[in-house]
Amino acid sequence: MKYHAFLIKYSEIAIKGNNRKYFEDALVKQIRFHLRKVEGDFTVKKTQGRIYVECSGAYDQEDVIEELQHVFGILWICPVLRVEDKGFKDLSEQVIRYVDATCPDRNLSFKVECRRSRKDYELNSQEMNAELGHDILQAFPEMRVDVHHPDMLLRVEVREDFINIYSGEIRGPGGMPLGSSGKAMLLLSGGIDSPVAGYMISRRGVFIDAVYFHAPPYTSDRAKQKVVDLAKIISRYTGPIRLHVINFTDIQLAIYEKCPHDELTIIMRRYMMKIAEHIARENECECLVTGESIGQVASQTMQSLLCTNSVCMLPVYRPLIAFDKNDIVEISEKIGTFETSILPYEDCCTIFVAKHPVTKPRLSAIEKSEENLKDVIPELLQEAIESDEVILCQ
Amino acid sequence: MEIYLDNSATTRVDPEVLELMRKVMDEDYGNAASLHRKGSEAEKYTKTAKEQIASTLKCEPKNIFFTSGGTESNNWAIRGAAEANRRMGMHLVTTSIEHPSVKNTMRYLEEQGYEVTWLPADSNGIVSVSDLRNALRPDTILVSVMHVNNEIGSVQPIEEIGEMLRRERPEILFHVDAIQSYGKYRIYPKRMNIDLLSVSGHKLHGPKGIGFLYIADRVKIKPLIYGGGQQKGYRSGTENVPGEAGLGLAAGKLYAHFDENIEKLYSLKARLTEGLQTIEGTKINGKTGRDSAPQILSCSFRDVRSEVLLHALEDRGIYVSSGSACASSHPSEISTLLSIGLTKEEQEGTIRFSLSVNSTEEEIDRTLHALKEILPVLRRFTRR
Repeated sequence: MKYHAFLIKYSEIAIKGNNRKYFEDALVKQIRFHLRKVEGDFTVKKTQGRIYVECSGAYDQEDVIEELQHVFGILWICPVLRVEDKGFKDLSEQVIRYVDATCPDRNLSFKVECRRSRKDYELNSQEMNAELGHDILQAFPEMRVDVHHPDMLLRVEVREDFINIYSGEIRGPGGMPLGSSGKAMLLLSGGIDSPVAGYMISRRGVFIDAVYFHAPPYTSDRAKQKVVDLAKIISRYTGPIRLHVINFTDIQLAIYEKCPHDELTIIMRRYMMKIAEHIARENECECLVTGESIGQVASQTMQSLLCTNSVCMLPVYRPLIAFDKNDIVEISEKIGTFETSILPYEDCCTIFVAKHPVTKPRLSAIEKSEENLKDVIPELLQEAIESDEVILCQ
Repeated sequence: MEIYLDNSATTRVDPEVLELMRKVMDEDYGNAASLHRKGSEAEKYTKTAKEQIASTLKCEPKNIFFTSGGTESNNWAIRGAAEANRRMGMHLVTTSIEHPSVKNTMRYLEEQGYEVTWLPADSNGIVSVSDLRNALRPDTILVSVMHVNNEIGSVQPIEEIGEMLRRERPEILFHVDAIQSYGKYRIYPKRMNIDLLSVSGHKLHGPKGIGFLYIADRVKIKPLIYGGGQQKGYRSGTENVPGEAGLGLAAGKLYAHFDENIEKLYSLKARLTEGLQTIEGTKINGKTGRDSAPQILSCSFRDVRSEVLLHALEDRGIYVSSGSACASSHPSEISTLLSIGLTKEEQEGTIRFSLSVNSTEEEIDRTLHALKEILPVLRRFTRR
């Protein structure tokens, strides 16, 4: 069956009071932006508290649905059959044809729910429900009516210029439309967690930029390419990502030479946060985002997080903070980053990992260790910030 | 300046080969099986290539079968011979230092019920002929030994093995993986009692995606790939005419200047060896000089991880390969580096340099110079 339009349902936007228009406009803009990638002619219309995607020309429904499933703010996607008003008898025939095409298995219960925005239609909603239900039962005697828990809820809407027939709904990604909540700087590594964190924060309508710390020759070009690939994968949801690649080798080596080995990772992360904050402010981001989750590794215990958190003033959002690893893996599989995340390019950096890192670092002790770096670190930080190479990932 | 010392991974295509292939793709693009003139013109290239290759092996063109490369040649030789000779026995002999394309084919045959004996190598990466003789059983049907090892360049005594088999067990088939040795050694299958010989095109300045398998007249072998019956039905699929032409020319060129090429490679390798020996904390793996392959030099660097060293060299435009270091209990998964007795640290610090006839003394000197600069820096930051 070929559909003529998709009804887009959104949830939270509907409760935003006077700001509602602003959110809806953001969603319409995002839908248009996404559908530019799909072959076909699409018109995105906002009418009476609803968004419709109207399709014309040659297009592939599966492609449209898949693309819409990447638009944050969409809760449900309903493929709609649009018919002209040629009287109720014709409508009834159209509805039966629709049921015939969409329900190969007739052994199911159904309910008809009609609405009229055109009040001068020949039947009122109640009469339509009863008449159409009767006609369907006549055509398909195996089907039965269940008004409480129907297998199929068949909706018929009489609008000003046409009549909509639809039943199925396809789940969208939910969240809020991009551009409705500002911009964040994501600390992106090649691992499983950070791309998921970026996806999750972006799902709240946030645009993201990302920063990656590169340590040649300890990490390879392939490791960097992997991060670019991950950014590209999530950019299908988040929109284009400007990835800032920072050369971190000299800072790492300085820490390695001058600080206690078991504090290496914490100190390293503190400098990463500092640099990320600087890059974030330069690029008008309102927060940092990381993929940290309490207790996952030594540098993500509560005490370690306190130490890394205390170097920056911008808020640091950690959408995965209370997630288990397997839950994070599940999301990464869903958004398609998992297979790239597990490519084994990261391990050449292992000389910088202590065999037994501290798990309960004290802030005062860490700050004291960092004293050892005070002669060199301002210059090294400056150099790292200047090494910023921006790669547009989309 | 780019210094490419990873010629055992792949080589740069020779400019004449490139030009010939361009011509074949652009002008003489016919299908060698077509009946019209375009087809017969294409077929001429195939025929010429077989003749060029056959003359390097002193065999007949009819014994040459083109494949998609070294991996297919190894797969086909071993699997095709084992399956065709199953009734004679189901025992195969190979070594623990073979390339994965041999090892994993052998493992597949193990799953199919064949028995495989995996011969060990000594600390120089060489298998002993007497070990091999002792491994033979009445039901042995195939012996497969590589000529030059791809990781450390050790050279197996294939001539002696061939001789021993001819003397004692002439009915056993002998397969040689010559992917790293063809073009570096004179290999005459008939004289050396080799029944199957695998070669890859892109290791000798030819194109990727082409190789050949030499098959002696007496060999019973099943095809690996079925289809339209090209290459006498032994290897179906439209002939890769440009690849075949390129491979034929590349092979012909290598052997036309054989002695001077080999002299040059050995002299460059000696220069690199001497230079490396003056650097502290280095260890050359396997035999040196003329007792090893002319183009491969494997060296372990103390207190350095090969991947880091590789990337540091890459920053200066020098391309090398890291030694592989994956260990498990099955003999087919043990790397050559482990089987010659290197410690874990030595394996992790191993770099393979591989030369080509286009390498120069200046490149060797620059590489040594770079190593001398990089190593002290990297060693300052070794894992504590």
